[in-house]
Amino acid sequence: MKVELHSIHKHFGKVHANDDITLNIPAGTIQGILGENGAGKSTLMKVLSGFIQADSGDILLDGKPIIIHSPADAIKHGIGMLHQDPLDFPPMRIVDNFILGAEGGLFPNRAVVVRDFKLLAEQYGFSIDPDSYVDALTVGERQQLEILRLLWLGARVLILDEPTTGISSSQKVKLFATLRKLAAEGKTMIFVSHKLEDVEALCHQAVVLRQGKLIGEMQKPFDPKKLVAMMFGKEISLGARQVAKPGEAILSLQHVSLEDVRLKIKDVSLEVHAGEVIGLAGMEGSGQGPFLRACAGLMRPVGGHVLLKGQDLTGKPYHAYKHHGVEFLPASRLEEGLVPGLTLTEHFILAEEPKGMFIDREYGRKLAEERIKSFNIKGTPVSTVESLSGGNQQRALLSLLNDPLSLVLIEHPTRGLDIESVIYIWSKLKDRCRQGAAILFISSDLEEVLQYSDRVLVFFSGKVSEPLDAAQTSVEQLGQLIGGRGWPEKQAV
Amino acid sequence: MMKNSRLANIGFQLAALVLALLFTTLILVATGAPPLEAYKNIILGSVSSLDKISNVLVTWVPLLLASAGLLITFSAGLWNIGMEGQITLGAIGTTWALRLMQDSSLPPALVIVLSILAGMVMGALWASLAGALKTFGGVNEIFGGLGLNFVATALTLWLIFGPWKRPGVGSMSGTEPFPEALWLPMFPDSRLSPWALVLAVVAIVIVYFMLQGTYFGLRLKAVGKNFRAAYMLGIPTWQYMMISFMLCGALAGAAGAVQVTAVYHRLIPSISSGYGYLGLLVAMLVNYQAAWAAPVALFFAALNIGSIQLPIILKLDSSLSGVLQGMLVLFVLMVEGVRQRLMRRS
Repeated sequence: MKVELHSIHKHFGKVHANDDITLNIPAGTIQGILGENGAGKSTLMKVLSGFIQADSGDILLDGKPIIIHSPADAIKHGIGMLHQDPLDFPPMRIVDNFILGAEGGLFPNRAVVVRDFKLLAEQYGFSIDPDSYVDALTVGERQQLEILRLLWLGARVLILDEPTTGISSSQKVKLFATLRKLAAEGKTMIFVSHKLEDVEALCHQAVVLRQGKLIGEMQKPFDPKKLVAMMFGKEISLGARQVAKPGEAILSLQHVSLEDVRLKIKDVSLEVHAGEVIGLAGMEGSGQGPFLRACAGLMRPVGGHVLLKGQDLTGKPYHAYKHHGVEFLPASRLEEGLVPGLTLTEHFILAEEPKGMFIDREYGRKLAEERIKSFNIKGTPVSTVESLSGGNQQRALLSLLNDPLSLVLIEHPTRGLDIESVIYIWSKLKDRCRQGAAILFISSDLEEVLQYSDRVLVFFSGKVSEPLDAAQTSVEQLGQLIGGRGWPEKQAV
Repeated sequence: MMKNSRLANIGFQLAALVLALLFTTLILVATGAPPLEAYKNIILGSVSSLDKISNVLVTWVPLLLASAGLLITFSAGLWNIGMEGQITLGAIGTTWALRLMQDSSLPPALVIVLSILAGMVMGALWASLAGALKTFGGVNEIFGGLGLNFVATALTLWLIFGPWKRPGVGSMSGTEPFPEALWLPMFPDSRLSPWALVLAVVAIVIVYFMLQGTYFGLRLKAVGKNFRAAYMLGIPTWQYMMISFMLCGALAGAAGAVQVTAVYHRLIPSISSGYGYLGLLVAMLVNYQAAWAAPVALFFAALNIGSIQLPIILKLDSSLSGVLQGMLVLFVLMVEGVRQRLMRRS
């Protein structure tokens, strides 16, 4: 089926998530959609699959304009979306998952569904038992199940959102074969990804989105350098970098291995020195999150040792790390960092060691006024934290850090903040480095990573690069590595 | 601005009260009962004589103790439905201690104090079961507490008809009453003990200051409002949850102890008398603010006592007070939801 999008616009408040996007996809094409996190890929796909409605613009299927109100509407028109996290019901049988999405009477005909399922599975070479439970399946198998379900519902356009995340390489080979077969049958595949190698291997044509705009398109064969330039092609404006003179070793990771549901990180060793800033780069979900949490005792390594100033803290809880001067600042400030409903003063009191049993309100108020002033927080001592803006919440989080500190771990220190706040927050963090703390931070802003880090670790699907000297690395190089290109075979430890 | 919103708040609360009254009136009209007559009887039934006022206060004591305890668990973000069982176990603990010591040569005052302490300890231990199920077993405290309530009821019945049965044959009227020397001293001709009143008032005052002015209270609130962030701020979260369960259980135990030492002087089958559930309503109605718990609990106690004579005079069931109390909580919660929605919109 031919899919056409005509000047799609979508605003979320001030953010122009889709800015005049026009896209033509002929029937039987595998279309790649590339872009950074937040480039507008997901928004565009949600518009096409009926999860949200565009502010303006048209969608045409085989030349006929259609209006899609809901995902159910979309599937009626033959558009099905495969989400990054499979939308299934794990404690139920596969056949019941199938029936749930379908229109039908009060009493579904299970036998017919099972027969259809087996037929489809055979056709595409999947081997899934319709009577088994969904929780017994791997992520890859759940994906296969979802593809079958969408096809069974009559999908002729399949949207796949980052489908190669979390599946094994043999499942990826199978998935690509299936997608090629579907395309050959005249169905249209839309493949959303940030992985250049996957797009190169699979797609017939690709477009790049950046900051809500369609930046460019390319036909097979692709020029990866050009694609990287389109994805990350900002003007590079690195100011004078401050180079740290590393002091004593603060954090030592020795052959640390981590595992979570999606990926495995194997055998990482790293030495972090006082005064040093290490940036962790990579697309979201490439392993940097678990890595950072493991450095704070918030995630237990499955192998190896975590040492803090020579002391082995492997397997100890976060509070033991905190006791040794480690602080973790989460990205979701209101979910993990601050307590909504409590005031700034109450937060400062909570972050201090209790003095006796009763709270000295006067002391708390003075403390709050002092911190609000020195951290330039736009709020009052009695402001609740949820009433602050994002930038001020981040400042509040920073102002809660106690002395002395040896290691600060930060997820996205400046995400969503205005430039003034970014500069301010980094000046405060650099102060901490001068006082002898080391900093590890995650950021998806490559400029930020190169600007403020001394060394950079790149993550890709659980692989961790050797530390790169930030001064010797360009945004392009970083972009290639993040997209999964230029990784030496041996480095994939 | 602040003043306006406070005025608006009071307006919303009054609206809830009016709605609750309106709804209860509708029910009365539907059943063919004269609403005004019913309300008049409730008021007269609670304040028209010294005897009735003293009965209201007898009800107020365990209700206030229960509400005080629940304010602690609510602050920690916990729904301690197991309150009923904790009151029951407090009563059992007190009865057990009294039975052990009633024939000893210890001075009666000491026996009473030790028995009340025994009740508080039992309540705290029973609450710690619900806490342990929550923190170590991943069982929601609502389910754990509810299950333990049934166990507590069964335990009471077994004791009354088994090991602690009256000489001869066990009966629903409870265990053999304790000698008068082991009763909490009362005001003359009433079941109201000044000591019980003191206990309840001291408890709510302590809880008020604990939640308002101590590090413990503030940390408990942080745990209740955002468990994960509290952990990140260095608060030992599960320990705080356990402590809040045990403190609440101790106050529940005190309520049970008062029921035994001051009101019934024995263990009876339904010794908790629903004060645990009623306490939940009080805590919700005062929006978890300790300062309001005392007057609201008094109001609820008055409703309970006032409706006692409804069956005799108007042939109405005395559960009418429960209808009014339930309606009040529902409408207050609903009005609060409406208020928040309006605020978000403006």
